[in-house]
Amino acid sequence: MSFALAIVVWVITLAMAAPFVTQTWWMPDSITALGDEIDVAFNYTLIGTGVIFLLAQFALGYAVWQFGKKRSGPASDTHGNDKLEILWTTAALVIFVGLTFFSYSVWAETRFIEQKSMQPTEDRLVIEVTGQQFVWNMRYAGADGVFGPTDIDLIDDAGGNPVGVDRSGAGGADDIMVGEMRVPVNREVEVVLKSKDVLHNFFVPELRIKLDTVPGLVGKLRFTPNKEGRYEIVCSELCGLGHYEMTAFLHVVSEQEYDDWIAEQAEYLF
Amino acid sequence: MTEVQVSPEVSEFTEVHRHPEPKSFWSKYIFSVDHKVIGIQYLLLAVVAVFVGMALSLLVRLRLILPDYPLPLLGTVFPIGAPNGVMTPEFYLAMLTMHGTVMVFMVLTTAPQGGFGNYFLPIQIGAADMAFPRLNMLSFWTTLVSFLLLMAAFFVEGGAPISGWTGYPPLSAVPEATVQGLGQDLWLLSIAVFCIASLLGALNFIVTTLDLRAKGLTMMRLPLTCWTWFVTAILGLLAFGVLLAAGVLLLMDRNAGTSFFVPGGLVVSDKQIDHSGGSPILWQHLFWFFGHPEVYIAILPGMGVTSHVLSTFARKTIFGYKAMVYAVLAIGGLGFVVWGHHMFVSGMSPYSAFVFSVLTMCIGVPSAIKTFNWIGTMWGGRIRFTSPMLYSIGFVSLFVSGGLSGIFLGQPTIDLYFHDTYFVVAHFHLIMGVAAIFGMFAGLTFWFPKMFGRFMSETQSKIHFWATFAGVYLIFGPMHYLGMLPHPRRYAEITGVDYLEQGGAEGLHAFITAAAILTVLAQFLFLYNFVKSIYAGKEAKGRNPWEATTLEWAIPSPPPHDNFGGKVPHVYRGPYDFSLKGAKRDFAMQCNDDKAVFPRPEAASGD
Repeated sequence: MSFALAIVVWVITLAMAAPFVTQTWWMPDSITALGDEIDVAFNYTLIGTGVIFLLAQFALGYAVWQFGKKRSGPASDTHGNDKLEILWTTAALVIFVGLTFFSYSVWAETRFIEQKSMQPTEDRLVIEVTGQQFVWNMRYAGADGVFGPTDIDLIDDAGGNPVGVDRSGAGGADDIMVGEMRVPVNREVEVVLKSKDVLHNFFVPELRIKLDTVPGLVGKLRFTPNKEGRYEIVCSELCGLGHYEMTAFLHVVSEQEYDDWIAEQAEYLF
Repeated sequence: MTEVQVSPEVSEFTEVHRHPEPKSFWSKYIFSVDHKVIGIQYLLLAVVAVFVGMALSLLVRLRLILPDYPLPLLGTVFPIGAPNGVMTPEFYLAMLTMHGTVMVFMVLTTAPQGGFGNYFLPIQIGAADMAFPRLNMLSFWTTLVSFLLLMAAFFVEGGAPISGWTGYPPLSAVPEATVQGLGQDLWLLSIAVFCIASLLGALNFIVTTLDLRAKGLTMMRLPLTCWTWFVTAILGLLAFGVLLAAGVLLLMDRNAGTSFFVPGGLVVSDKQIDHSGGSPILWQHLFWFFGHPEVYIAILPGMGVTSHVLSTFARKTIFGYKAMVYAVLAIGGLGFVVWGHHMFVSGMSPYSAFVFSVLTMCIGVPSAIKTFNWIGTMWGGRIRFTSPMLYSIGFVSLFVSGGLSGIFLGQPTIDLYFHDTYFVVAHFHLIMGVAAIFGMFAGLTFWFPKMFGRFMSETQSKIHFWATFAGVYLIFGPMHYLGMLPHPRRYAEITGVDYLEQGGAEGLHAFITAAAILTVLAQFLFLYNFVKSIYAGKEAKGRNPWEATTLEWAIPSPPPHDNFGGKVPHVYRGPYDFSLKGAKRDFAMQCNDDKAVFPRPEAASGD
């Protein structure tokens, strides 16, 4: 019994860990420098916890095996070991808290974007993303670079004005509403996140970042994609019965392709 | 009144006044104020609830792999949710919501504390009953009302709520955002009633532990089971009040036109919603202020049982008793200041994330102490592989596996990727769900001979252990890989997302569902074993068949009405005196004085 149990614990341990080593089911490649940093933090955590995982499960199996065998004499009369206890506690504290200190600068870079030291680039592309059951609405400011005002009374899903853009307001005439996100490669993008109804969550796995869209609040994310391609935007906060199909695409394209596309979209307006 | 023979194990006792036994069937078994009957009532409620919760999880698993397959019978029971037996996406969400709610509240919160705690806390501390027996009865019946309210949500118009067990507004607050109506109200009402029941229970546990301990039973001689029930009760007292308030406010948002959690300017399906000034994030703070301690409410009693059982069947005293007590206190205390780690991506201020993250990582430290000391307890022991021992070893393994994924999620940087994916589902199921349930398996098989005077079948329990231990790893192990893809949770199907279909999510889902079906089947073996052993199990000879040390093993099995027959033993030693050097036997009961333990007591080293 003792050896069988130890073997089962060890086999389960190795089987659980193996796909993390072979990377059979894995994250898609990151497409931002920030994403690469998050991957580094992830890898350190994986190694740290992986070693503890293997050691702890191995020790458990070993104890079960060794002290479950037939042995002569009574069990040892030990009540603890303060030195080991302190050593173990300190090690756990250093590893666990250390990991969080180590990775925290990436969090700051991702989320402290309102700070003075985190000024955005001048030519960043700002896109307003409004979640609603169960679609993503993307708004581009258009040629003038200014978002027009919105009015809740103008909201009309069927009429093609899902966020209520006031076309007669300053800068509103050339705002572009689309259901997909297209951005040029290597240019900073600022996503302004809003919601019309319930909570949603803007998540692009390749960007490694997500943020809830909260009605009544404005969220902001910045990223600079460095690889062209088509990536999926998925909703990661339960938003109702169509939650699973609330997806859209992020297309990262060349500067030229982006200019052509935005010009084409502007034509549809008139 | 029946005379209760004092065990020869009891070196000395104090006579206290006795309480008359109830005569009628109703006062004895139904509206009983006896903590043991109430404990069993809680356990039975949890057994019913766990099978309901398991059936729901099976439906969820089936919907994921066979979205269009008509299931026989289902269409008859739920003609709207599952027309012709094909589950709609909202039915999937309803099952998911109810699965989480039933399991967290009606199983993980009731059985370990209300069930085992109620039954064994008074006996382990040498009390005739809980401090407030009538309050205790009220707790149970209030809990039952809460359960019935929750079950009623299945059968009202619109069916069960779909906003998840966390019930985030505005989805849960604005009826227009879901197809639900009364279901969500019943859900909230059930939660509110449950909170009241838990508050009453918590109060009772705290007073009982502080006031009713036998002579000589200092706090630092309490069995670790009692410590965990005590700390769990404190957590319950501080946490459930907050959830109660939040639940009432949300009920008012839904029904009284208030706007605590709903901001202005909402437009649902082209319709403007008449609310203004509320904050959806406020609900999340209140909910998780309760929700995180709730995790420890579920798992702490399991830790207590595991410590208790590991020591007993390793025939060795617990490694670092004091460290274990301080670790439980630290987990309980820290548990109240980490709730923000559920909200890293909620839109809450990003600056607070660092504090929540560091505090969260700190909880890893007492958890590491516990793991280290469990292994240390077995080290050098003489392990007896009884079924409770197997479940406890399983608990340790699951606790390690489920705990370490928390190191990823506790860092906001990495949580950015894993938040709300199956990685989280794997994490909390392993640690809060399955590990806690292994604690219950250990508790039930360990105490069964005391409760019913008979053993559960060891063979059947062991088969159940192997199947379930492997089964839960086969279910929740692969969920980590789904999380890597990353598969968002609460998706009724994977058809909407290209990378899931291409990334192998379908195969993993099929594997998980198959493993879930096998694991569920094994639970019927446990149920059969449990029910049958009550009347046909092998008789437990003597009062102390496991050769254990705590007070419950000094009284008859099953225990008489007032536990000790008015003769409360004195306590002379700590709870885990196994294999003492120079002792006559390899265990010394708490009620044994040195004369009873050592052939030459004057040579004993003392406590």
